[in-house]
Amino acid sequence: MAIEDDVLVVGGGLAGSIAALSAAERDLRVRLVSNEGSTLRSASGLIDLLGYTPDGEGPIVEPFEHLTDLPAGHPYERVGRRAVREALSVFDAVVGDAYAGAHTDANALVPTAGGSIKPTARYPASVAPGLASDPRDTLLVGFERLPGFDAPLAAASLEATGVPFRVRGVTVQFPSIECDDAAITRHARALDLDERVEGVPSRAALAERVRVELDGAARVGFPALLGVDHDEVVRRDLAERLGVAVFEIPGSPPSVPGIRLEERLRSALAHAGVRVTTGVRVVDYEGGRGDSRNAGRRIERVLVERSGRRVPYRADEYVLATGGLVGGGIDSSRAGVREPIFGCHVPHPEDRSEWFADDPFGDHPFARFGLAVDRSLRPLTADGDPEFANLRAVGAVLGGADFAAEKSGSGISIATGYVAGSHAGREAAA
Amino acid sequence: MSDRDDGFRSGADVGGRDDALRSATDTSGQGGGLRSGADGCYKCSTCDSVCPVAEVDPSFPGPKFQGPEQWRLEDDEIDPSITDCSNCMRCDGACPTDVPLSAMHNTARGAYVEGSMRPWSRTYLRNRLLANYGTMARIASRTPRLANAVMGSTLVRRLAESLLGITAEREFPRFSDETFREWFDARGGATHESADRRVAYFHGDYANHNTPDVGKALVRVFESFGYEVRVPDQRCSGTPMFANGMLGDARRAAAVNVENLRALVADGYDVVCSCTSCSMALRQEYPELFDVDGVETVAANSWDAVEYLRVHEDLEGALADATVDVPDVAYHAPCHARNQGLGGQTVEILDGLDGFEIHDVGDSCSGISGTYGWKAEKYDTSMAIGEEMFRHTERADAEAGLTECPTCAMAMEHGTGYEIGHTLELLETALCGDDPA
Repeated sequence: MAIEDDVLVVGGGLAGSIAALSAAERDLRVRLVSNEGSTLRSASGLIDLLGYTPDGEGPIVEPFEHLTDLPAGHPYERVGRRAVREALSVFDAVVGDAYAGAHTDANALVPTAGGSIKPTARYPASVAPGLASDPRDTLLVGFERLPGFDAPLAAASLEATGVPFRVRGVTVQFPSIECDDAAITRHARALDLDERVEGVPSRAALAERVRVELDGAARVGFPALLGVDHDEVVRRDLAERLGVAVFEIPGSPPSVPGIRLEERLRSALAHAGVRVTTGVRVVDYEGGRGDSRNAGRRIERVLVERSGRRVPYRADEYVLATGGLVGGGIDSSRAGVREPIFGCHVPHPEDRSEWFADDPFGDHPFARFGLAVDRSLRPLTADGDPEFANLRAVGAVLGGADFAAEKSGSGISIATGYVAGSHAGREAAA
Repeated sequence: MSDRDDGFRSGADVGGRDDALRSATDTSGQGGGLRSGADGCYKCSTCDSVCPVAEVDPSFPGPKFQGPEQWRLEDDEIDPSITDCSNCMRCDGACPTDVPLSAMHNTARGAYVEGSMRPWSRTYLRNRLLANYGTMARIASRTPRLANAVMGSTLVRRLAESLLGITAEREFPRFSDETFREWFDARGGATHESADRRVAYFHGDYANHNTPDVGKALVRVFESFGYEVRVPDQRCSGTPMFANGMLGDARRAAAVNVENLRALVADGYDVVCSCTSCSMALRQEYPELFDVDGVETVAANSWDAVEYLRVHEDLEGALADATVDVPDVAYHAPCHARNQGLGGQTVEILDGLDGFEIHDVGDSCSGISGTYGWKAEKYDTSMAIGEEMFRHTERADAEAGLTECPTCAMAMEHGTGYEIGHTLELLETALCGDDPA
């Protein structure tokens, strides 16, 4: 026996979650297995579609206009522009009012914690009042004992980019937390619960400390920690007390907007009846070994490991959403590059010197390492045949795009997750 | 970091945790004290963001400090804040680079207790007593009614708090008139023999002394699938001992358990547990902490009882035909179940059972973490952690609680007043009817 489902998604990030939700559109038993419960805790929460062309031109204003110009093998080229649009509407339905940006095809320009500006397609509602295209004068507020956001530095960098407003940065003491390096979630919780410090609720105390610094600013940006569960209430409360707009600046991990997005996705998965297994890892598979040229070979079961014991999980269709070189979905060593669970072919030059560019910030070939796929996102062998009839791959495990340079990671995850999940669902239901 | 011939991590350790742990605990001859388990940490602090203690106590430095950072400062004394870690092990599941955080915490806690805690201090004596709950329970179970009367008295609870630092807020668990083992022996042991369906039940101390109905349910459910159930001699799993840094006690208990269980594994038995912290100890903590012969074999052949049935039998098929007449339940998945990938299992299995509803109360920690919430100075932290779960339980459309961890059950009951059952008891009701075997 094994643990039985119709569709099994390996990987619990954005791509895997969207794939599972898309498969669950049909009356199927869908399972998502995720090693860490929390990949999205490292994500900014911004949903980038395409910020720069593969040649580095940009920032792009109208990403959809560029989707048809991408090179063959790019994940967007594989799935096509229409699928990208449909996929984004799936995402929009999941997040609802918690996100903004769906009103236009154009990219928004979002100020980051480093004081740079990022072109992005969807952004948390908490980020919306801070857009760089908005001309209101701005105050950035950082906290003394919280590393990761230096408000005066971020303000200076932002001003240097030529934003159409005046921006200053100040550093204040966060009320109620006096020790160094307290978890960012601890700050968020203090505001969520409006914890009292010496009789004063923490939101009121924070507003009091910021009010004296306003000096005519029409909006105030905080590092993204204004509540996890009740962020809308926290923002509204602070905005009323300060009399100006309040926004969040997405920053480095662990990321509160990433945690909020994770919670929304998990609740959508639960609502859709997807079974989520976290804390264990898929390490191997059974079936389909042997003739690698046989396009009909199938994965029978995958093996999930915990503490030296392998537990079989069986499904009709599988989706691989394990991430790229950083996430562990692609593994590299001096000997080569490979996909560790199913051993799918990863195209790459044999000569390792060709993996890298000379310039440290240059156009590194390794950034595009990943699986080559057909149009239904089945990984391909070196000969161009599907590795397995019932395996599809999504997100950063795919090759053909330098998503970090293009600012396309989340968009690729959503688009490929949607397409692969829909295909897997159709096949499993057939 | 990998030193395999072909440079790849092998399929078997895509998980990296085992490698990282070996490196973390390997101090042999490398000089400079660099250990790759600690160096795998790039300080992303994701572990800190899932730590239930750090969330409610800003003065707790969090798992990143307790693990890799203390590890790097190996010549310094272990910081006393290590005793504020509750050993929920949530950080293990959060780390993107498989740093063996809980193993580092257990080791650091052991080093702290050995190096910095005065063996005659009140805290040490209290912790030793709590860690060796099984010894107390053995004595109490000789005269359970007397023990219950004594430990149930308000005076005794107040004395326990003022003399020992054991909180008077909680009621001590009641000892059963008949232990599980007494019941099992009285019925004549196993009722089935089987050459291919054989399990050895690791019941732990709590099911034996306090909730024998859980043990009886396990035996009846497995027997209903045709299993031969053995109940080997055993000691405490060691969970409360790791959590209190009493590694010497834990090693002695582990040695006995591994010795007894490996013999049965060699005879074709798989080990099944009803308590998720016991299965966590056998599967993960033993091989991480103790170099005992057979420890890997026992770990590889130990299971959560329900997971075992699910993989080896058509449990869901058997339940599809069953109906129960029991109150709707609010279900809390223990942290140690989550860490074994079992967080969703109970709801998945019982969702299809006719006659009652099960409501998952979310992924928060119950806060009690074994002996942690029994300590007077930790009680408030423990209750603050559990608050979210209590709230969700009370809001759920249910009249009773359900969980697999005995101390989570205590916390749930203490925080909500609900009566708390175990999943195996529900399976027994569904699969075995009312006739006691």
